[in-house]
Amino acid sequence: MGLSHRSTGVTVFKEEGAKRRGTDYIVALAGNPNTGKSTVFNALTGLNQHTGNWPGKTVLRAEGYYKHQGQEYLLIDLPGTYSLFANSVEEQVARDFICFGNYQVIIVVVDATCLERNLNLALQVLEMTSKVVICVNLLDEAKRKGIKIDLSALSEELGVPVVGTNAREGVGLEQLKTAVKKVASGSIAAEPRKITYDLEIESAISDLLTKIETNSFTHINPRWLALRLLEGEDLLQLGKEAKNPVVTEHNKTKVALLEG
Amino acid sequence: MFLSLADTPVGQERHVESLSATGIMRRRLLDLGFVPGAPVSVVRKAPLGDPTAYLIRGAIIALRKEEAAFIQVK
Repeated sequence: MGLSHRSTGVTVFKEEGAKRRGTDYIVALAGNPNTGKSTVFNALTGLNQHTGNWPGKTVLRAEGYYKHQGQEYLLIDLPGTYSLFANSVEEQVARDFICFGNYQVIIVVVDATCLERNLNLALQVLEMTSKVVICVNLLDEAKRKGIKIDLSALSEELGVPVVGTNAREGVGLEQLKTAVKKVASGSIAAEPRKITYDLEIESAISDLLTKIETNSFTHINPRWLALRLLEGEDLLQLGKEAKNPVVTEHNKTKVALLEG
Repeated sequence: MFLSLADTPVGQERHVESLSATGIMRRRLLDLGFVPGAPVSVVRKAPLGDPTAYLIRGAIIALRKEEAAFIQVK
């Protein structure tokens, strides 16, 4: 279908998929390209999957089901991205879903052989939401290269569950499902590592937070929103959707920061 | 005045000093790992001289000459 008012914008994420049932947990699957994300997706959903497009876009969207301990999970495969800063349509789709989408958990798949780079996206996601499970995949490749990952230390550093997998061989998938269940049901209270910036930025964030919190962006992480506004990200579309005066504040703050 | 990554010969290692790119290109380079202080080495050039493969943060990335020209190194 072509672009229409219904097929674009925030509302599209409130009505997704034909097979949605009220009791399903929705799980988003994010990660860099080439991390074996599709392998994880296929390993979890088997043949219970459906591929289409994100509404109004040419980006592929795969969703599938798995059942774990009597609970149905709907898994949504987001486009592989290096970052959420919308350098491309794929990143925009991923960013919009992570930001506005209605999900209970997000799995970030990272490549064990290239952890530092993959943590860029993981940390960006952690700045947005605490409902995260990190899946360190390609452990077999890492072993071949002599790389050993301390999963529990990583988990402590990041403040969220970290599961090691070799999705190709099916290793670690049960632990992954268990971690997802714990985050989705709230039995794990994750405390993601908070990234603090320098004093000037943090005080600008505080100023913006007071204004943001008195406005109506209910399910967007306010701190994340403050950071995006400070960066000068074009969130006009967001402002129009929510009919919100935060965007004018953004321009004032930007001018103040540039002059001050 | 710093040399750019585009002017760095194959086999050499440098450190990223700064980026002269702005906007989307700047963000993309930052996301790929070209942040100030990061070590980068020139792995090889494609047969026709462009693009060039660079080792940055544990991964091999190909950049065109005009992209590498935005990266100042020392």
